[in-house]
Amino acid sequence: MSIDVSHVAKLANLKLSEEEENKFEKQLEEVLGYVEKLKEIDTSGTEETSQVTGLQNVTREDIAQGCEITQEEAISASKSTHNGLFKVKGILPNE
Amino acid sequence: MNNLTIKQSLDKLSKKEISSVELTKSCLEQIKKHNPEINAFITVDEAGALEQAESADKLASQGEAWEAKPLLGIPVAVKDIFLTKGLKTTAASKVLEDYIPQYDATVVKKLKDAGAVIVGKTNLDAWAHGSSGENSDFGKTLNPWNKEYVPGGSSSGSAASLAANMCLASTGTDTGGSIRLPASFTNVVGLKPTYGRVSRYGIVAMASSLDSIGHFTKTVEDSALFLNVTAGRDPLDATTPDVEIPDYTKDIKKGVKGLRLGIAKEYFGEGLDKEIKEKALQAVKKLEKLGAIIQEISLPATGHAIACYYIIQPSEVSSNLARYDGIRYGNDRSAFGDEAKRRIMLGTYTLSAGYYDAYYKKAMKVRTLIKQDFERAFDPSMDGVDAIITPVSPTLPWKLGEKINDPLKMYLSDIFTVTANLAGIPGLSVPAGFVNNLPVGIQILGPQFSEKLLFQIGHAHEQETMFYKQTPNL
Repeated sequence: MSIDVSHVAKLANLKLSEEEENKFEKQLEEVLGYVEKLKEIDTSGTEETSQVTGLQNVTREDIAQGCEITQEEAISASKSTHNGLFKVKGILPNE
Repeated sequence: MNNLTIKQSLDKLSKKEISSVELTKSCLEQIKKHNPEINAFITVDEAGALEQAESADKLASQGEAWEAKPLLGIPVAVKDIFLTKGLKTTAASKVLEDYIPQYDATVVKKLKDAGAVIVGKTNLDAWAHGSSGENSDFGKTLNPWNKEYVPGGSSSGSAASLAANMCLASTGTDTGGSIRLPASFTNVVGLKPTYGRVSRYGIVAMASSLDSIGHFTKTVEDSALFLNVTAGRDPLDATTPDVEIPDYTKDIKKGVKGLRLGIAKEYFGEGLDKEIKEKALQAVKKLEKLGAIIQEISLPATGHAIACYYIIQPSEVSSNLARYDGIRYGNDRSAFGDEAKRRIMLGTYTLSAGYYDAYYKKAMKVRTLIKQDFERAFDPSMDGVDAIITPVSPTLPWKLGEKINDPLKMYLSDIFTVTANLAGIPGLSVPAGFVNNLPVGIQILGPQFSEKLLFQIGHAHEQETMFYKQTPNL
């Protein structure tokens, strides 16, 4: 099973060096080779299980309940803030 | 004093024979002495712990405090994947190396409300990715029983700190065996509750449909006491069903007479170390001697469980770790370690267009088969059993460094534990003896929400064998 590591790394927003790409390619292909064995088992007629609780539509009343933390606390762990907001790199080109 | 169990300590505290400050200091002393070598803790909160202990003693002096606060004055350690307000929480990763949470996990809040004294945050495989304790960005944790060996993971520090008597209980998470495996490697009791029995709110998510929140204790009765505090529906975690919380300590001494215990042939075949097989079968014999009826059963999908797990889990991991972009908290994604990167990429691949059907969708169907295996095994109308006894690890604890360069080999250590997570059922790992002075455990599996029964069986085995009375030579 071959995996395009540089493509997957891009999808996963991970920057890898060429050395890392080679190392991971080998390791990931080994794991994929192992999990391939699921092909052998017959699952025709079997439903998927995505969760084991059987719960559905767990909701509460749509009434504002206030916030556990203040705006200040909410941004307190960030390394890049401005005026009480998270500051990020621009994504739109400047005019 | 730090060698006491929770039950013994509560007795002495309520009789004023000891104080919480003395008990806490005794744990902190042990940590000071041995943690530099064992590396069970990432953060030790000495000042905070003593403050909590003092206020516990104050409350205790006002009488009947233990009715409302069942863990009043008891020093506990918290796996560093649970958010603790104001106390650094890292998930053992450089990404969160300086993260100070703004709120407590629900379980942390419950422990604090119950009067527990939190001594510190324990080491783990970063992001809970691992089975040995070697994947931490803050150094590996050693097994107190033999420092050349792994303590098991991912809750490595929680198991090691308890085994080394640095605390009286510790919290953990179990997504594929991360409580049960280290418990079996360190001669302590490890509970993986039913999925949804304990709230996941405020705990760094690994695989959201598999993560179970549990704990480590020295005895089975202590484990039941602890679950009384942590169990329950949480409006902040929509996957916690509204199931009644029994008193888990009630009926714990009932014994196993007449209980039907299943031995699944798929868990005792090839790949199981013969010495572990011997210990596990000895445990079964003891339970039979105590009146249990042993029945051979079959769980046919067992052989595909690891492949199923190592598709579903990394898929969910890749989604849960997408939030770590260094914007709202932590450092950017270049700070991820190798194992995290591997699992993120594996998951991204298996969920990507063109591969989703072959991998993730297929794995979800195999998951149904595994779930159905257990439903059949426990079904009374199908000659079912009350609980199932299996080994926890296919091998003895291995030496540090032995499997670290072979990710797949490391993954295969989970073959007996992942099934419980896939099916959402509870599992209790209890000490079953020693081989070459290394601990071996067995696990007791039951239907969803059958923790009370698991404690009953575990307690019977424990009282018959008393393995918990042995402590490591540090």
